[in-house]
Amino acid sequence: MTVESTAARKPRRSAGSKAGGTGTGRTTRAGAGKSAEPELVQLLTPEGKRVKNAKNAEFVQYVAGVTPEDLRGLYRDMVLTRRFDAEATSLQRQGELGLWASLLGQEAAQIGSGRALRDDDYVFPTYREHGVAWCRGVDPTNLLGMFRGVNNGGWDPNGNNFHLYTIVIGSQTLHATGYAMGVAMDGADSAVIAYFGDGASSQGDVAESFTFSAVYNAPVVFFCQNNQWAISEPTEKQTRVPLYQRAQGYGFPGVRVDGNDVLACLAVTRWALERARNGEGPTLVEAYTYRMGAHTTSDDPTKYRADEERESWEAKDPILRLRRHLEASNHTDEGFFAELEAESEALGRRVREAVRAMPDPDHFAIFENVYADGHALVDEERAQFAAYQESFATESDSGFAAGTGGN
Amino acid sequence: MADNVTTKNLALAKAINESLRRALETDPKVLVMGEDVGKLGGVFRVTDGLQKDFGESRVIDTPLAESGIVGTAIGMALRGYRPVVEIQFDGFVFPAYDQIVTQLAKMHARSLGKVKMPVVVRIPYGGGIGAVEHHSESPEALFAHVSGLKIVSPSNASDAYWMMQQAIQSDDPVIFFEPKRRYWDKGEVNTEAIPGPLHKAQVVREGTDLTLVAYGPMVKLCQEVAAAAAEEGKNLEVLDLRSVSPMDFDSIQTSVEKTRRLVVVHEAPVFFGSGAEIAARITERCFYHLEAPVLRVGGYHAPYPPARLEEEYLPGLDRVLDAVDRALAY
Repeated sequence: MTVESTAARKPRRSAGSKAGGTGTGRTTRAGAGKSAEPELVQLLTPEGKRVKNAKNAEFVQYVAGVTPEDLRGLYRDMVLTRRFDAEATSLQRQGELGLWASLLGQEAAQIGSGRALRDDDYVFPTYREHGVAWCRGVDPTNLLGMFRGVNNGGWDPNGNNFHLYTIVIGSQTLHATGYAMGVAMDGADSAVIAYFGDGASSQGDVAESFTFSAVYNAPVVFFCQNNQWAISEPTEKQTRVPLYQRAQGYGFPGVRVDGNDVLACLAVTRWALERARNGEGPTLVEAYTYRMGAHTTSDDPTKYRADEERESWEAKDPILRLRRHLEASNHTDEGFFAELEAESEALGRRVREAVRAMPDPDHFAIFENVYADGHALVDEERAQFAAYQESFATESDSGFAAGTGGN
Repeated sequence: MADNVTTKNLALAKAINESLRRALETDPKVLVMGEDVGKLGGVFRVTDGLQKDFGESRVIDTPLAESGIVGTAIGMALRGYRPVVEIQFDGFVFPAYDQIVTQLAKMHARSLGKVKMPVVVRIPYGGGIGAVEHHSESPEALFAHVSGLKIVSPSNASDAYWMMQQAIQSDDPVIFFEPKRRYWDKGEVNTEAIPGPLHKAQVVREGTDLTLVAYGPMVKLCQEVAAAAAEEGKNLEVLDLRSVSPMDFDSIQTSVEKTRRLVVVHEAPVFFGSGAEIAARITERCFYHLEAPVLRVGGYHAPYPPARLEEEYLPGLDRVLDAVDRALAY
């Protein structure tokens, strides 16, 4: 079955019956979290060919209206996101960022799911959802503040319905669930999407978010990007069953999609969001993909994984396969790719300049926004800090440099 | 509710119940969540009758998952709700500690003030009721150490009523420690009064010889200690802190400058406890006023003992009087 389980309540339409006989996941080896060739929903092969089969029949309708222009848009999103990501990696290597978590290889999962969202939907990301942020209209330079160390967030979550990055693994799945419970209480028909990884699937908070969302029939989509590695831990260290099957035990559908296929990710996420909007409750989408780079710039994947593995996944590159499809379908001309290349370089330049121009925060930012209502201790320590800073002004003539304070 | 009567004689638990009722009536965004808070009304009946009157979507029985309770409350707060969550007992808060410390406490700062976290976490705490393991602890210092949280604990019915109103209205997360051994103590509650600030300490007994500082369940004990000491001709002042974070050091200082001696009493272990913070700061502020070192009376650096030993572990009348005598002997 494509869809494991059905909702225990009364869905307006039965996800289980619709999915009956589509076969996705059935042949995935039981007892192994990472099978060599998992059965998954795919609309576009690595060679860029559109496929129709029993596994994707359920989902094709969700991209039936996608035009050549839409396809070029998805391609552009993925290329620019990759270019931004590469620039951020370079900036880290050049010492401009303290850390960077690259999304290289996960562009289709993020752009496909991100473009499935409506403006009034709400996103709860991890710290790697740069492509989803792009889809939400968050300026990419805003994502870099926390990695440069000038803030711990850097954008207004309500500006684009895109919550701040969450560093603690899996915490945000509960926030998404609570937010979705609130959406349902408000009687709104928007949906909520929570991103997390295969490693997070081991966290208690993720399990609890599954429980709460199922019990309260919350309109939330759990979008797990299984990129095969949680730093150095392979998926086998997280689970003995394919992750999408977890949903069954909680009473809602789970589906595994080719995470390197932007069309399939778009289709499956649209389907899951529609379920949420229709009052059919949560869905687990496992986007089966691959982290082509390191976990973060502090990581060294050569210590724990073979080059051949990455090479095998490079053949499934999400951007390459859409390019092949666009070219084979005559949906583009050389001008399109050339213009996009120029746009990419301009983006890289803009990001680089913006990061270098980012001012250090004011010293007193330490004490700002600790509390909404204020706190006597923070006020007292701010005053002490001010007096200490002030002391350097009077000592500057006696050999003390103002910049050496604060040790 | 009897609308014409503004002053009622209520048990502390009932005062919280009426306060929650008022909040639910006043603000449609207020929600009550927790294990057993609905039909049962909570294991201490603090939420008794609320689900019946406000429905299952306002008074929400949750799965048995503390991290889930706090984590979903954070999400609801992000959506504009004001959840009041109940942790059934003190020792059960730890599965939610991660959500409280890494998420609830930091969200406002992380968002540069763009989002508020008006979440109240109610925790019945402390010993003295003969309970089993994990049902009698006082973890307030573990929370007070975390910036972004406010920590309060009422000692009487009136404060319980009004501090709950203020906690719910606060845009900051408030950890609301309820002294469970005082749940059944009655007191006058004026529901029309204008309460003082949430963080302000209160002198509950004036004195000249020594200051006793306490909060929550230990305030009543300190009043008993002062009464006993008075029979021996000692005139003790008792200060009810009400708020652990922020802490009203100005009021402690004012009292200590008058009495010149200070004994801090709490149920939590003395080591790294709130008494240590008070001793350090008051020593800084009042060094030349003090006639004796600041003394602390509290729990030991040991697991909370089985119920038949808890009277040995908890500060009692004699242990506090002994500390008073030691301070006065300098």
